Amino acid sequence: MVQLLFFYFALVVIGLGLRIVTCKNPVHSVLLMLVLFFHMAGFYLLLNAEFLAAVQVIVYAGAILVLYLFVLFLVNLREEVKMSPFIEKGKWLGIVGAVVLFITFLRGVMNFSLGPHGEYTIEKVQQLTHTKAMGEAIYTAYILPFEIAGLILLVAVIGGLALAKKEKKGA
Amino acid sequence: MELLWILIKILIVFAVVMLHVMYATYFERKVIGHMQVRMGPMRVGPHGILQPIADGLKLFFKEDIMPTVADKKVFYAAPLICLISALSAVAVIPFFEGFAIANINIGILYIFAMSSLASYGVVLAGWSSNSKYSFLGGLRSSAQVISYEIAMGLSLVGVMMLSGSLNLTDIVHAQMKSPFKIYLIPQIIGFFVFVIAMFAETNRTPFDLPEAESELVAGYCTEYSGMRFALFFMAEYIGMIVMSCLAVVCFLGGWSGPFDVPGIPFFWFLIKVYFFIFVYYWVRATLPRYRYDQLMALGWKVLIPLALFNIVLTGTIKSMFG
Repeated sequence: MVQLLFFYFALVVIGLGLRIVTCKNPVHSVLLMLVLFFHMAGFYLLLNAEFLAAVQVIVYAGAILVLYLFVLFLVNLREEVKMSPFIEKGKWLGIVGAVVLFITFLRGVMNFSLGPHGEYTIEKVQQLTHTKAMGEAIYTAYILPFEIAGLILLVAVIGGLALAKKEKKGA
Repeated sequence: MELLWILIKILIVFAVVMLHVMYATYFERKVIGHMQVRMGPMRVGPHGILQPIADGLKLFFKEDIMPTVADKKVFYAAPLICLISALSAVAVIPFFEGFAIANINIGILYIFAMSSLASYGVVLAGWSSNSKYSFLGGLRSSAQVISYEIAMGLSLVGVMMLSGSLNLTDIVHAQMKSPFKIYLIPQIIGFFVFVIAMFAETNRTPFDLPEAESELVAGYCTEYSGMRFALFFMAEYIGMIVMSCLAVVCFLGGWSGPFDVPGIPFFWFLIKVYFFIFVYYWVRATLPRYRYDQLMALGWKVLIPLALFNIVLTGTIKSMFG
């Protein structure tokens, strides 16, 4: 059952991903992206990570994608603009790059091996509930990276404020 | 067998919610009518009691008009997104002890996720209609919903901290064990922020700018007619019911009451939800509409700081006495 669901999610995610980049209408792309995010949340649910699944939908679908939608509306793109490629003969360069990347990934996947199990087993996470387990891990073992991430976000917030601030007249 | 039971539960809840939506429109017109010294609907049945059925039939048989320049697929999808996201949120609400379609550990977050999805329906409806009024209405609505969602999420963090859970059933149980029996008293700031955000989140007066009739015709649903318009209408009322349920579960102790009513385990839950829905109508009949910049200023400069203060206060008190 779990494997069946996994393959369903994986197939839909890959299919939608392809459709999103080939879709002519950017707003349709955003809509398909929304469906994609829900399937990504499905992966998290399969991993017993219900908190991450909910946050995935709230943050990515509920906030970031809406911002994208706003940007699309602001530039008012009904159909994709056709442009000549930036680099002449860039097509071949692209194909070579893609093949190299594909081989790299393939080798990476072939050499994949399961890492050692941590202290959070499935049973423990289910018993603690995922939210609590994650909170405990973040605020004890990984407090430093968490704080650093917080600081980086704070820098971004202050940067945004500085950019959006109105300049005083006569100053 | 378990699956069958879940299906039966879904059917029951769906029927009950839809019935409530129908009669919520009737009572809205009645309540506002009486507040304005009118009678409200009187013609269909005694005291107009069959009015919602007549309205439903009318909307159902009306011609489905679609603007020629509309984006067809998105135009069709938008009302469905609204309705489905509103209905899915009902799934996690515990109506009485042990009765919720899905008793999941992240109930509150799930409701947030679904309500953030609903803003897509609105903004896409506005965009796909290809009309200025619809578009402006859609943009306003999504900006408003995103802004107030933050305040709403933060206002519930206090409740999560006190109860130590995101599971709605556990939150009710935690309230029963708490000294005041309800979180309304220790979380009064959170409740205040939540109620205001609740009005904004469901696009109701005084925050009904997305469908401000006098300036935007009907906002995002200007170009919709017949059944598709009815879908938006239903989504709005289901949204109101879900938000009222969330307020009852998180702040007013859910299905618990001063005494048990034998045979009707959901008695107190319904009374409390009806009260909130009545408040919606009351506010609509009383208050004028906000201006758009006032709306944004209220959300970002008053409600979010208040909600953050509430979190700090709750945390401090909990760490000192808990």
